[in-house]
Amino acid sequence: MPETADKTTTDRNAALATDLAKTAKASKGRPDKVDRVSKRFSVKDVNLFYGDFQAVQDVTMTIEPNQVTALIGSSGCGKTTMLRSLNRMHELTPGATVEGEVSLDDQNIYAPNVDPVDVRRLVGMVFQAPNPFPTMTAYENVAAGLTLNRRGLSKSEKDDIVEKSLRGAHLWDEVKDRLDRKGSALSGGQQQRLCIARAIAVEPEVLLMDEPCSALDPVATLAVEDLIDDLKNRYTIVIVTHNMQQAARTSDVTAFFNLETSGQPGRLVEMDATDKMFTTPSKKETEDYVSGRFG
Amino acid sequence: MNDRTPREDASAAFDPAEQVNPIGGPTVDAGTLPPWFLRAVVGASALIALAVLLATGSLTIVLFFVITAVIALPTAYIWSRVVEGRRQAMDRLVTLGIVAAFFIAVAPLLSVLYEVIKRGTARLDGSFFTESARGVIGAGGGAQHAIVGTLVITGVATLISVPIGIMAAVYLNEYGKGRLRKALTFFVDVMTGIPSIVAGLFAYALFAAFLGPGIRLGIIGSVALTVLMIPIVIRSAEEILKIVPDHLREAAYALGTPKWKVVTRIVLPTALAGLVTGVMLAIARVIGETAPLLVTTGVIDSVNTNPLSGRMQNLAVYAYSEYKDPGVDVQASYDKAWTAALTLILLVMILSLLARWIYRRYGTDLRDTR
Amino acid sequence: MEAHTDTTTQAGQILAGASGGKRRPGDRIFSNAAVIAAVAVLALLAGVAIFLIADSVPAITANPADLPEGKNLIDYIAPLAFGTILAAAVAVTIAVPLAVAVALFISHIAPRRLANPLAYIVDLLAAIPSIVYGLWGIFVLGPAIVPVLDWLVAHLSFIPFFAGPASVTGRTMLTAGVVLAVMILPVVSAVSREVFSQTPRRLEEGALALGATRWEMIRMAVLPFGKSAMISGSMLGLGRALGETMAVTIILSVSGIVTFNLVSQDNPTPIAANIALKFPESSGLDVNVLIASGLVLFGITLVVNVLARLIISRSNVQ
Repeated sequence: MPETADKTTTDRNAALATDLAKTAKASKGRPDKVDRVSKRFSVKDVNLFYGDFQAVQDVTMTIEPNQVTALIGSSGCGKTTMLRSLNRMHELTPGATVEGEVSLDDQNIYAPNVDPVDVRRLVGMVFQAPNPFPTMTAYENVAAGLTLNRRGLSKSEKDDIVEKSLRGAHLWDEVKDRLDRKGSALSGGQQQRLCIARAIAVEPEVLLMDEPCSALDPVATLAVEDLIDDLKNRYTIVIVTHNMQQAARTSDVTAFFNLETSGQPGRLVEMDATDKMFTTPSKKETEDYVSGRFG
Repeated sequence: MNDRTPREDASAAFDPAEQVNPIGGPTVDAGTLPPWFLRAVVGASALIALAVLLATGSLTIVLFFVITAVIALPTAYIWSRVVEGRRQAMDRLVTLGIVAAFFIAVAPLLSVLYEVIKRGTARLDGSFFTESARGVIGAGGGAQHAIVGTLVITGVATLISVPIGIMAAVYLNEYGKGRLRKALTFFVDVMTGIPSIVAGLFAYALFAAFLGPGIRLGIIGSVALTVLMIPIVIRSAEEILKIVPDHLREAAYALGTPKWKVVTRIVLPTALAGLVTGVMLAIARVIGETAPLLVTTGVIDSVNTNPLSGRMQNLAVYAYSEYKDPGVDVQASYDKAWTAALTLILLVMILSLLARWIYRRYGTDLRDTR
Repeated sequence: MEAHTDTTTQAGQILAGASGGKRRPGDRIFSNAAVIAAVAVLALLAGVAIFLIADSVPAITANPADLPEGKNLIDYIAPLAFGTILAAAVAVTIAVPLAVAVALFISHIAPRRLANPLAYIVDLLAAIPSIVYGLWGIFVLGPAIVPVLDWLVAHLSFIPFFAGPASVTGRTMLTAGVVLAVMILPVVSAVSREVFSQTPRRLEEGALALGATRWEMIRMAVLPFGKSAMISGSMLGLGRALGETMAVTIILSVSGIVTFNLVSQDNPTPIAANIALKFPESSGLDVNVLIASGLVLFGITLVVNVLARLIISRSNVQ
């Protein structure tokens, strides 16, 4: 049902995606009532480099709170690099540099007095492949952010946060009896939700997701997508995906990245409400891509 | 090996092509011998050699091996040459030669193990481990003082080298950049080649500069062993840290973790089994050192547990001094030397097997995530 | 986050915040500790050189009449250096062909599933303490090698190496060389094996597809590919053999002469053996002289090892 991103049938898929976008998600857009108002990202004139190679050029965009924003585009278009610049993970790559301004509400996260470690506490991240810490149990994995970075939590406070996070990640019922087993003993889909629980346990404002379902089977993918829909009640969510149906199913706003030719930096082509992007995009480039005529 | 691959399959990029002229030459028409040909020739040669040696009553392992080789090599060559041609015959000959070389190379290992077990068990009794050599001039006595010395000297060396070595490896893998990193990488390699006696002379000179000439202390030996251990610890720790996957570091960073906690709480625990394995192999490497201790800790015949005062002796130096200055009962001293050698080999083997076992048993964390 | 500040080459980039932000004490302490450990290791190596040199100075400046045997320092050390190099050369000559064969056996001839256990067995040779090899050399190999010495002297005495008279105890340079060869074989073999097994498949398959036999494939593809590994492995083995002490100390009946005769009972003394034999009973200037000879040994092994490492690192670049 949800998978099979077969290139030859992407025309029909685009139509399907449109249907999905219109019908399946009644709760599209910012929820009327949110559990917590999260923060807004403003990206201004951002250029991203790996040494001398420019990966992303002149991106300006706004990422709204309590919404799911999808970054789509072909491989190498810089969408993952863009995502990693939002919590200053980009600069962990040796030689990588950033120009421009990224603000979380009013705070420029690249301002000289800002510690990247603090930025990452506000902006959590979920990775392509599930990466629970292999030395830790499921419980310790979820509590990792707390044990590593917040001192003085009592055992019962920790228990509460772990349970809340696992419930928030739709995982509690599946693992509550196996909390003392290694996190790596869970199934792939459970591991990924464990990683989401780990990320939300530290109560960030924003969750970045880098192709979070690409290593998962269709059933696990659906579970994670359901979870994403639920999470926007509390978090701003940015998701990178290769899968346009996934973008259509899960996101409220879609940003399309593209590059002229390989070796050129990626640019933001267009960003709009997901419904519009998949039905009546304003740029031809976008239409070509979402209807599968591209590549 | 005589498959007739069609010529079109030949990789065009491979330039030594011209060297193989005789394609389609004599080999194509030649017959082939079955895959068990070499094994059959060696087996038959071994049987003949055994028969000859038993008949003449001069069976020794070395002679058996030599005669087997003398029969098997020419037989295989000539037979193959007649049936398969010159190039195949050469291949057979070299294959047998290489196999023979392997057996020649491991023969000393077998001989050493056999002799050490045979000669070392004579004094492998309780008193060897519970008595010292104090006041012993003939038979009897033991190596308790040397065992204590081995543990103290090697233990102190481990305590010094492990933190320095692992932190230096952390530097190389997590922090290092520029000239210092390059220099350290290069000189660690160079350090692995320092002769152990030179390490001993250095440690002696270092302490003699402060405590006066002729000084002999357990700690000086430990410093000498440290010079030998540190490069081994760094190398193995660096290798292990390298295979801790980056995505674990990233996961920790993404939780808002400062770098030092990423290293101490995620990277090092994940690498723990490998680090322990590396340290144990480093201990195994120095626990049997003789030369550097001969010039630093001296020779003594009674138990001393204090590395900061008085002479000390480890098992290797004990074995050497029992050999070099035997007591009135020479054979008894030689026996003790062999028992010390056996004890050392057992220690080394136990350490390295334990190290492998630890890595297999607890190293799964690393392999899970690779 | 200072790992990134060295990347601030882009004009106008904002990364200065990484170092300008508040520095965490934990980060500062831990990264400083790592740097201190790195510097300490380099200082240790420098210390080895400095202390050896400092303690050699009295021997260098001393009046030759006060030195052992009344010789000047160079005349004292030169025959020892000769002994060191001779013993190591014998060892390398014996070990390298065997080690290369062993490496080929493990990488290309033995069945795949046996390769790792076999490699482990060869590595065990390196794990045995040198004192054990010493005892084995004098009590087992020495007596066993005597008939071989007799044969060599009887048939090959026209070669200076085997001029004789043959030792009756087996305590000869040849015996020491054989033991050293056993000790360095794992090193040479491990370096070669590593590279042999990395021979690109396209080279091997290219050769086999041309109809080459396995030996021809090894000769055309594997050996040329592993050439620098064999050289550097041999150099590392040479470095090991130059510095090895106990096996030669126990096995050789030393006399300090200079001779190429490998089979007689009068042997040159390698530096390491000389130190091990004399240091425990020496005092005063004699100690300085021994340390000076140790410095020479350090210098020789350093040159050999640096060369070996340079060859390795150069071939890695390719």
